[in-house]
Amino acid sequence: MNAETLGAQLAALPGARVRAADHAAVGYDLDVALPESSLLAAVGIMDGAGYFIEGMTGVDWFGECEALRKEAEAKAKKAAEAAAVSAADAPDTSQAAPPETPVQESIPQEDELEVVYDFNLYSARHRVCLRVRTPRSNPQIHTIAEIYPIAHWHEREIHEFFGIVFIGHPYLIPLLLPEDAEYHPLLKDYSA
Amino acid sequence: MNYLAQSPTDERFVLNLGPQHPATHGVLRVKMVMDGEYIVEAEPVLGYSHRMHEKMAENRTWAQFMPNTGRMDYLHALAYNHGYACLVERAASIEVPERAEFIRVITNELNRVSSHLLWFGAFVLDLGGFSPLLYAFDDREQILDLLESVTGSRLTYCYFRFGGVYNDVDDAFVRGTRAFIARMRKRLPMYHSLVSKNLIIQQRLVDVGFVPAEMCRKYGATGPVARGAGIAYDVRKHEPYGVYDRFTFDVPVYSEGDSMARYKVRMDEIEQSLRILEQALDYLPKGPVMAAKVPKTIKPPKGDYYHAVETARGLLGIRAVSDGSGTPWRLKWRTPCFSNLLVFGEAGRGMLLPDALALLGSLDLVIPDIDR
Repeated sequence: MNAETLGAQLAALPGARVRAADHAAVGYDLDVALPESSLLAAVGIMDGAGYFIEGMTGVDWFGECEALRKEAEAKAKKAAEAAAVSAADAPDTSQAAPPETPVQESIPQEDELEVVYDFNLYSARHRVCLRVRTPRSNPQIHTIAEIYPIAHWHEREIHEFFGIVFIGHPYLIPLLLPEDAEYHPLLKDYSA
Repeated sequence: MNYLAQSPTDERFVLNLGPQHPATHGVLRVKMVMDGEYIVEAEPVLGYSHRMHEKMAENRTWAQFMPNTGRMDYLHALAYNHGYACLVERAASIEVPERAEFIRVITNELNRVSSHLLWFGAFVLDLGGFSPLLYAFDDREQILDLLESVTGSRLTYCYFRFGGVYNDVDDAFVRGTRAFIARMRKRLPMYHSLVSKNLIIQQRLVDVGFVPAEMCRKYGATGPVARGAGIAYDVRKHEPYGVYDRFTFDVPVYSEGDSMARYKVRMDEIEQSLRILEQALDYLPKGPVMAAKVPKTIKPPKGDYYHAVETARGLLGIRAVSDGSGTPWRLKWRTPCFSNLLVFGEAGRGMLLPDALALLGSLDLVIPDIDR
């Protein structure tokens, strides 16, 4: 399977957004954002295409909602000002450039946690990262340990550091922290 | 193959290997369920040297994290320096002068050879042969002296900087490295006749401890473990970083997948590293070793970045998330030993305990690299 058919297959999954990335600039080739419900299918596609799993990364997007909201407000304010200025300056609208339609990106209701799955090929470089997000108050993602056994450990690590519960994981006890650890040190609002 | 089927008994017991067993290279504990001498279940238990480097990264500037990188895989610290420097240079668009790139390759390959030499000595020691360790340490000492003369340290290097290296190499270093290449080329045949052709080593390693290619893929094993299973995967070839694409070298591959294959891969890699070193010294350009304009505070643009390098143990992948400030928002270290160790749980099943120790040694584990 070549890279294009893989991209098309992933893009066909419900809710998936596939974006080609510039390897020289960011270090990966394909960036795929997925809803949690499409994760297992996507990982199955990666497995079928012969990819190996490089790693899994947890990211805490604490404070993202507020930042997005502020950004959207600032943008709206700026757009309103610009519209007012252009309306005053040039009543002849045919000359003016069409006003940019503000891209209404949906701001999530609450902050989220993200897990990034990095895949690659042994034969030729093609790094694909799958991104799955889950709400911070009740973080749950299905395990992929049945497909890639190394995820057994990666998921234990992400669980202890971020508190994400991997549904179906048989042995979700801390990997690196003490076995009775009930804190999640990589959460941004964690303090010792 | 299945020893358990031949002699089934109901008597099982738990055997703890480690955490401070001399045969486990660092503080690793393996909890084994044994049936006599045979392993029924092997579960590595981690965390004894966990230092939470990833949280530390979120509490300091990008540059301040550099000394931490040398403390994960302390045997090939320069590769970790290299990966982190490349990552931040990619994120913040910093150009590196050519001479610095060459010096990075030279010191990195020297460090790789020293790592393989230590593995060689310790591995044969695991198998009960003491004297090869002394030879290996003799050679390794030459490298440590060379690296000490330019980096100032002998083990946990912090030599690379964003935009170059911290210190230029002098003629004495170049001469010393050339002398080392000549010396090592004479020593390798001696190692082969002393160890590789040794009958006991052959019997301990050949056809023992299989890690097949499909298992490598499922666990994400890389480096000599994958190359010993017939997978010609080397980050230096697959996504060349720095100036690695300018050198002629081979990727040693053996398809047997046993402990001997992994042993041979590493021994051949020493030769290949010497080849790279020779070419790098021949073409070492003149010029500055630091980029002229490197901002004092590095603030990579918002976004996430990935960089992979080939360490002595396999693929090191670093994923950074930047929020545009002077501190990393998230810095994840995907270390090679993490994947290579979990292979042991599956590959070690059904093996004799002494063979499993040979398998564990042939994976070349550095535990602080897994624990981070």
